[in-house]
Order: sequence, then structure tokens, then C-alpha cells
Amino acid sequence: MGFLDIRNVTKSYGAVEVLHRVDIAVDEGEFLVLVGPSGCGKSTLLNMIAGLESISGGEIAIKDRVVNGVHPSKRNIAMVFQSYALYPNMTVGQNITFGLEMHGTPRPERDRALAEVAKLLQIDHLLDRKPGQLSGGQRQRVAMGRALVRDPDVFLFDEPLSNLDAKLRVDMRTEIKKLHHKLKRTIVYVTHDQIEAMTLSTRIAVMNKGYVQQLGTPKEIYDSPANLFVATFMGSPAMNIIPAKLVVENGRALAEITDAGGKPLRLGFGAGNYSAWEGREILLGIRPEAITDPEGADRNSHNVQPLHNMVTVTEPAGADTFVTMVLSGKDVIARMRADAAVHPHQPFDFAVNMEKAVAFDPKTGDRIQA
Amino acid sequence: MSVASQDTAVSTGRITRMLIYLILLLFALFYLLPLYVMGVNSVKPLSEITGGNMMALPQEWTLDPWRSAWSTAQIGVQATGLKPYFLTSILMVVPAVVISTMIGAINGYILTKWRFKGDTIIFGLMLFSCFIPFQIVLIPMARVLGILGLAGSVPGLILVHVVYGLGFSTLYFRNYYAAFPTELVRAAQIDGAGFFRIFWRIMLPVSGPITVVCVIWQFTNIWNDFLFGASFGGTTQPMTVALNNLVQSSTGVKEYNVHFAAAILAAIPTLIVYIVAGRYFVRGLMAGSVKG
Ligand SMILES: Nc1ncnc2c1ncn2[C@@H]1O[C@H](COP(=O)(O)OP(=O)(O)OP(=O)(O)O)[C@@H](O)[C@H]1O
Ligand SMILES: [Mg+2]
Repeated sequence: MGFLDIRNVTKSYGAVEVLHRVDIAVDEGEFLVLVGPSGCGKSTLLNMIAGLESISGGEIAIKDRVVNGVHPSKRNIAMVFQSYALYPNMTVGQNITFGLEMHGTPRPERDRALAEVAKLLQIDHLLDRKPGQLSGGQRQRVAMGRALVRDPDVFLFDEPLSNLDAKLRVDMRTEIKKLHHKLKRTIVYVTHDQIEAMTLSTRIAVMNKGYVQQLGTPKEIYDSPANLFVATFMGSPAMNIIPAKLVVENGRALAEITDAGGKPLRLGFGAGNYSAWEGREILLGIRPEAITDPEGADRNSHNVQPLHNMVTVTEPAGADTFVTMVLSGKDVIARMRADAAVHPHQPFDFAVNMEKAVAFDPKTGDRIQA
Repeated sequence: MSVASQDTAVSTGRITRMLIYLILLLFALFYLLPLYVMGVNSVKPLSEITGGNMMALPQEWTLDPWRSAWSTAQIGVQATGLKPYFLTSILMVVPAVVISTMIGAINGYILTKWRFKGDTIIFGLMLFSCFIPFQIVLIPMARVLGILGLAGSVPGLILVHVVYGLGFSTLYFRNYYAAFPTELVRAAQIDGAGFFRIFWRIMLPVSGPITVVCVIWQFTNIWNDFLFGASFGGTTQPMTVALNNLVQSSTGVKEYNVHFAAAILAAIPTLIVYIVAGRYFVRGLMAGSVKG
């Protein structure tokens, strides 16, 4: 039993079901991120927690109280909207305290709460301005202030950073994280940016087409994706997916692929029992950072294997150099140190950290548990 | 080459612009001419009009025609001037405009932010009411007013104009509020504001421009209406009907100077609304509020 329980929740618009049996228990103080491509139902789920959308099936409970029929203002939640939704006719101060005013909080107490929040978010000097006179980042702060001042049980964020420019987005991301460390409040945060999801969350729910594909810590999601969708959605550049054949040799599972010239190559998996898949086609998943030059290989890994292949393209990107090659007829990207001595159209000795490799069933897309 | 062509472009631009201004000026003068005629002749003794040039400035300035039009002219059977009718018009127009605008605003608010099953059909029907000609509703309306016991009274006229104005005021506000971000309403709901509180505190404060448009539209329409006033006014007739009675009366000499003064009196309120509210509108109450 969590702090916020989403139990078997479905949502239908007419005959169309857009959310299917979502089941998530969020503990107190957790930072849950709902991430997924556009239209997967993230906002719908968030709005259902907020009470802005009705619940078609299942139930949502906050602190063990089922809130299905409870009005948004009585759920003790606060929401930060993508567009900030600041009241244009009110000053920043009035915007922040409007909720308290509606809940009948006396004036002196409102002023005290406002001062506290304004100080926390460093917007003291903006309190008399109208939203129209603020920059994007400042509006963002005010919107957060409006949520914070209510001291709710659960904070709901719907893509709060997506209207900001790249640099500000990174800054605000850090601030939100700091805020969470400081206040230790329960947060549900919607984004379609997987980096935001990885950096902010204590747990991530990856969603697609109305289904929760995987629920887990950022590390679980990144290192042990439950299926191809999660594997390719999380991480940038995306995980390389290479068609391979599974062979077993001396009791050890190997993925057989071909190099750029069509010559067969074998990469051995670490521990794990793949015997059920012997002789069958699989999809081998390797993250770009698991393919490096031999010096750049992870020293803590027990299973780094050499791979000799032709380099197609190199793309220096400052801190890293992205190197493209062809394996089993597919473009595969490796992420290397900037000073790796790698050149296009020349063969190179790569090192593959097979400890981080995963295998997928090509038919269902599910990860092969070994 | 390009420089030369640019030069000619600029100079032709200047000439064209001067031409446009000239034409606009001529049109403006043309349209202002009737107002000039009315103004000039309303401050002349009658003899100067009947005996001379309508366009000339008065030789003898007088305000008697205005006084007469306002308080002593023969209208129908009584020599009351336009004063009582003016009052009737005000008593009719102000509540009718206020009520139809308020209801239109609430309708627009509901139709955009509190959607319900069949709301588009209802809006479609309301929209349709904008296109129903006055004549068609005359007889049913007379019957309704009779049943309600409001026939021939100011409240009856108010009701007629509110009902007829609702289609337009709803249309205005619905379209305006459709562009108003729904997230604001949701935020206010979470903040704990109810239906009317959201309307009052969030929607209305940014509704200035559309309210002005709606008020101008309703005011001029209702003030200028003749048909409903003549049909349902009974003894409490509005300004337009009285003006008609004054001008059309067949007894006695036609006092053109009084007619001119009366016509201006009848037009003044709408003029004031245009001048005052129009400026308010242009200044723009929205300045940097919702957008951005
Ligand atoms: N009122 C509605 N009627 C019918 N379908 C709807 C309605 N609102 C949303 N949907 C559908 O529900 C699905 C989920 O929508 P939702 O807004 O939750 O997506 P999202 O994950 O938040 O996407 P985005 O990242 O673009 O915001 C979409 O396929 C959408 O078309
Ligand atoms: Mg969304």
C-alpha cells in the first residue's frame, strides 16, 4: 500500500480505451516520472490523479483515501501545467495565494506562506508583477510557487519544462531536483524527455499506447529494459539493436552476427542460461557507450570482448566521438572518448562490454530473461 | 538597377498614398455631409430653411428647435417633446444590454469551459437565432408577451431585446472564450474556485474587449430598433417610434429644424457609445495578459 495508489485504472473516451489497467503504487517522498511518446496517455493519467478527468475503471487513492469522486480542490494535490496557466489578470503574489484564498486561509497566514515560497524560489522581487511581464523561467518559478504554497500531499507536473529553451531547461531541471531533495515531497512528473526522466526520478514508468511498459528505478529501466520499446525509447543515442543468432559453445551462449564485410563474428554473453534459445534468431541490444576503444572499456566489467570492424563515419561531438559501423547489415553507433584514434573507412579494434548486453525475442519484443 | 527601381517604388508609393488619402478625405466629407446639414439646420429658424439654402450657415443662431424637440414638440396627440420617449429608450436599452451581455458571457463560458453532451447543438441553435428575421417572431412574441402580461410595457421590450440579442452575445463570447486556455480553468478548479468564482475572478477580468464589442453591438441594435418598439411598445414607445411620429405627423407645418434636432437627439446615445467605448476597445484591455 503506497502513498499514492493507482489501482487497475483505465480510461475510455466513448468506445476507445486510451489507458489500460495502469497499476502503480507510489511511496511517500518518491519522484515518479511518467515518460512516453506523444499521445501515450501520460497527461490523461496525471489529470485523473488530479481529478480533472473522470476515472473509467479502477481506483486512485491518496493516503489510503479513494479519491475517484473527489473534487480536484479536495484531493490535496497541486499541479504545474505545461503552459504554466498563470492567471493573467492577477499579480504574481495573487497568483500564488489564490488557492489559499479560495480555501479560506486568513490573510496574515497567506502572506507568511507567500513570503516563504517566494524566498525559496527567489522570486521575492517579482511579486507585484503580472505574468505578462515575466520571462519564461520566471513564469515557471511562479507556477511552482503556486503549487508549493498549498503544501499538498502530491505534486503533479505536466511537462513543466517543455516551453523553456535548452539551457534554462537544464537549469530548472537541477532546481526541481534540489527542491525535491530539500522538501522530500511526493511528485508525479510527466515528460516525454527521457533525459529528464532519468535525471529527476526515483522511479520511472515508461508508457506506450496506454500501457505501462515498465516500472522501475532509472537504473533498472536503463540497464534491464523489459522490452524493445523501453530499450530504444530510453537513452540517446538509442540502444543498438542487432539481429543475431544464438549459438551455444562449451555451455556458453554467444550471439553470432556479421561484420561490415559479411564475415561472421561471435560475442559471448556473460552468465545466464540461454539454452532454450539455442540456434534461434534473437535481437542483440547494446548501448552505444558499451562499444568503445580497448583503452576506454569499462575496467569493472568482467566481460569485455574485442570486435574488429570497419568504421563508416566518425562524428566528434565535443566530449564524445560517435562512431558508426555496420553489424549484421544495421548501422551501429559506438560512443567513444573524444581522443580515441579512430578514422572513417578504416578498420578498428573495438571493445564491447557484453556485461551490459541484452537480448530480445524478435517476435514479441520482450527481453529474454537469462 | 535595383537601387533605381527601389527609388521609383518609393516615389510611386508616396503618390499612391496621397491619392488614397485624397479619396478617403472625399469619402469622409461625403459621409459627413448629412451630419453637417442636420447640425446646421437644427440651429436655424424655420423661415431660413423654407426660404433659402439648406447648406448655408444660419444667419440667426437659435437653440429653440432643440428645446422644442426635447420638451414641447407635438408627438402623436400630446405635446411632450421627445423627453419621455428618450427616457423609455434608456430604461429599455440599459437593462437589455446589460442582461443580454451578462447571459451571453455566461453562455460562452459554459459552452467552452463546461462542455456537456449536446453543447454544440445548443450553440448551433443559438447561432441560428441570429439569422431569424424580426418579422417572423412578431406574432409568436406578441402572444408570449400577452401570456406573461408584459405587452405594451418596458419590461416586455427588455425581454424581447434580451431574447433576440442572446444569439449574438453568446456567439461573441463563445468564440472569444474558445481561445482562452482551458488550463487556466483547470488550475482554478484545483485552487478550489467554483463555477461562478472562476467566471468572476478569472474569465471576466480578461473579457474587456469582447464585452465592449458586444455592448456596442447590442446598444446600437436595441436603441435603433423600430419594429419591436412599434409593435410591442404600446403606450411606452421608444425614441425611434416617437421620432417617426414626430416627423410623419400630418397636422400643422413641418418644422424641419425641429425634426433635425430630434433626429440628432435620437442618434446621440449611440454616437457616445461609439466614441467612448470604441476608444476603450482600441486601447486594448488585453495588453500582454493571456498570450505569451
Ligand atoms: N477528450 C478526448 N477524447 C478522445 N480522445 C482523447 C481525448 N483526450 C485525449 N484523448 C486521447 O487519449 C490519448 C492520450 O492523450 P494524452 O493527452 O494523455 O497524451 P500524452 O501522453 O499526454 O501526450 P503528449 O506528450 O502529446 O502530451 C491520445 O491518444 C488522445 O488522442
Ligand atoms: Mg500531455
